[in-house]
Amino acid sequence: MTLSSVETTPVVAAPKPERVDRIRAAAYRIRDHALTMGEVQGQGYVGQALGAADMLAAVYADQLTYRAEDPHWEGRDRFLLSTGHYAIGHYAALAEAGIVPVAELETYGSDDSRLPMSGMSTYTPGMEISGGSLGHGLTIAVGMALGLRLQGSASRVINFLSDGELDEGSTWEAAMGAHHHQLGNLTALVDINALQADGATDTVLRTEPVTEKWESFGWYTQRVDGNDVGALLAAFDNIAAVAAPVGRPSVILCDTKVGRGVPLLENREKAHFMRIEENEWQICREQLTAGYEGTASA
Amino acid sequence: MSTVTTKPKLKTSAMIASFADPGQKTTPAPFGHALVKAAEADSRIVGLTADLGKYTDMHIFAKAFPERFFQMGMAEQLLFGAAAGMAETGLIPFASTYSVFAARRAYDFLCLDIAEPNLNVNIVGGLPGLTTGYGPSHQATEDMAIFRGMPNLTIVDPCDSVDIEQAVPQLAASDGPTYLRLLRGNVPTVLDEYDYKFELGKAKVLRGGNDVVFVSSGLMTMRALQAADALAKHNVDVAVVHTPTIKPFDSATVLAELNTDRLAVTLENHTVVGGLFETVASAVVTAGLGKRVVPIALPDQFLDAGALPTLHERYGLSVDRIVAKVLAELG
Repeated sequence: MTLSSVETTPVVAAPKPERVDRIRAAAYRIRDHALTMGEVQGQGYVGQALGAADMLAAVYADQLTYRAEDPHWEGRDRFLLSTGHYAIGHYAALAEAGIVPVAELETYGSDDSRLPMSGMSTYTPGMEISGGSLGHGLTIAVGMALGLRLQGSASRVINFLSDGELDEGSTWEAAMGAHHHQLGNLTALVDINALQADGATDTVLRTEPVTEKWESFGWYTQRVDGNDVGALLAAFDNIAAVAAPVGRPSVILCDTKVGRGVPLLENREKAHFMRIEENEWQICREQLTAGYEGTASA
Repeated sequence: MSTVTTKPKLKTSAMIASFADPGQKTTPAPFGHALVKAAEADSRIVGLTADLGKYTDMHIFAKAFPERFFQMGMAEQLLFGAAAGMAETGLIPFASTYSVFAARRAYDFLCLDIAEPNLNVNIVGGLPGLTTGYGPSHQATEDMAIFRGMPNLTIVDPCDSVDIEQAVPQLAASDGPTYLRLLRGNVPTVLDEYDYKFELGKAKVLRGGNDVVFVSSGLMTMRALQAADALAKHNVDVAVVHTPTIKPFDSATVLAELNTDRLAVTLENHTVVGGLFETVASAVVTAGLGKRVVPIALPDQFLDAGALPTLHERYGLSVDRIVAKVLAELG
């Protein structure tokens, strides 16, 4: 077996259905939390949060070791949100993880809230870094992975970034650094929603072929449907089986759909910053629940 | 059209390793040795560089502590992002590159990843101000101006090997981020002749004088002391106040010295914009002192390439130019 890209082909046994169902349920609740926060602002990055919910659920409900009551516990795995504007999704995941109270979510983006629109470590328990200036997260993640390894820690570092951040040269500086230093304790999750602030990624700055790029930088590279929980879990299992033990940094390239789980938003014209009318929020919730429970009419 | 010259032109390469005067007492790689000493006492200290270990004296540390040294390649954004990540895990990184790259190229990473979370990352910048003849690509003439606006960042502009040796453990011990204007290679040893100790955040009066008061930092304190000796021969009595910490600035000590009838002169190895002169000027104005201050600093322009002695003379940093300026001011 080689360590080249395995696309969606698992190298270990497929995850058990109970595990997949558990993560799907977590993803449903994360999406529901995101709608709660979106309604407070009336607009925002709801589309990204819905699209990334399955990735966040796999991370928080399946992969991360942490203590909800002690978010800074030394032995925790680190999850870094490089895309600060995805904070709405991250807060939803932190609520699912029990680190942020669910009742606090409705303060999202309000004055004096611990949940600002763009994620910052100084505001929110469980936020490791202040993202937002894109292309920073992976460089910090490299340092954390080096620092943890030097100190004999078994903790892992997972950095969440977007396909837009592949525009930033610093992301590739970090990609080289992680490979050079053989950081098997580092995983990057790239949300490929094919959307940037000014439009579709392929019209802003073509980043494809993304898989080949990461492979050529020496990373253990898998590309999956980022809204397929089973595929995400299998990808993580593959990393634990073949990449981490040999000191190879790993990346999961996740093709996701903006607004996933809410057809009203999935089919809307794609926008980085989505406007949702007051009367649409209830429709969004109903569609989300119907889809999750498998009772969608279409 | 060529002109006939009688003396040979100085060469840029002659002064790459050191700005010490011929025959001057020097100490080799004081930063590297001080970092090794500090690291022996504190296992949290690590060193990083961006392909400039040999040129920032970091190689001394790398040799002593290979497992605690991290080569990040010619990738300054990674260098400082990774240093932030290491500090987040409880380590105390010293990250070195040239000042131009730290200040210009990696600013966003220093600002948001290091300074905003107030991490104990120590930025070590080689070739500050005019300490290379390579031209604007290497001359960090505006590094302090760039960095002074960054909240939380402590800025240190050491004079000599004594300052550097004493500063390094204090930088490691201070909680937030610091920026050290590194002097590397064979660094002049000057302040051992004075009753002096480096204290982070403090200015020190190195010598008293009745006619003129110099307020200086960095290698210009060495020149200030030499100029004070030279001016004594003109019966001009010069005091020298050394302010190695530019931010936070020790206004109390400096203002006490400026609040007299003496001619006040600032001396810095930095553009006249945004460095020591403007730091002093803002302290003076804020305190309501109606005091004129004469700046000796680099001009607000991109500087020439050439040999350092030539350039220091051209831009007013040489002892001769300082003496001439002061005598002209005194009329």
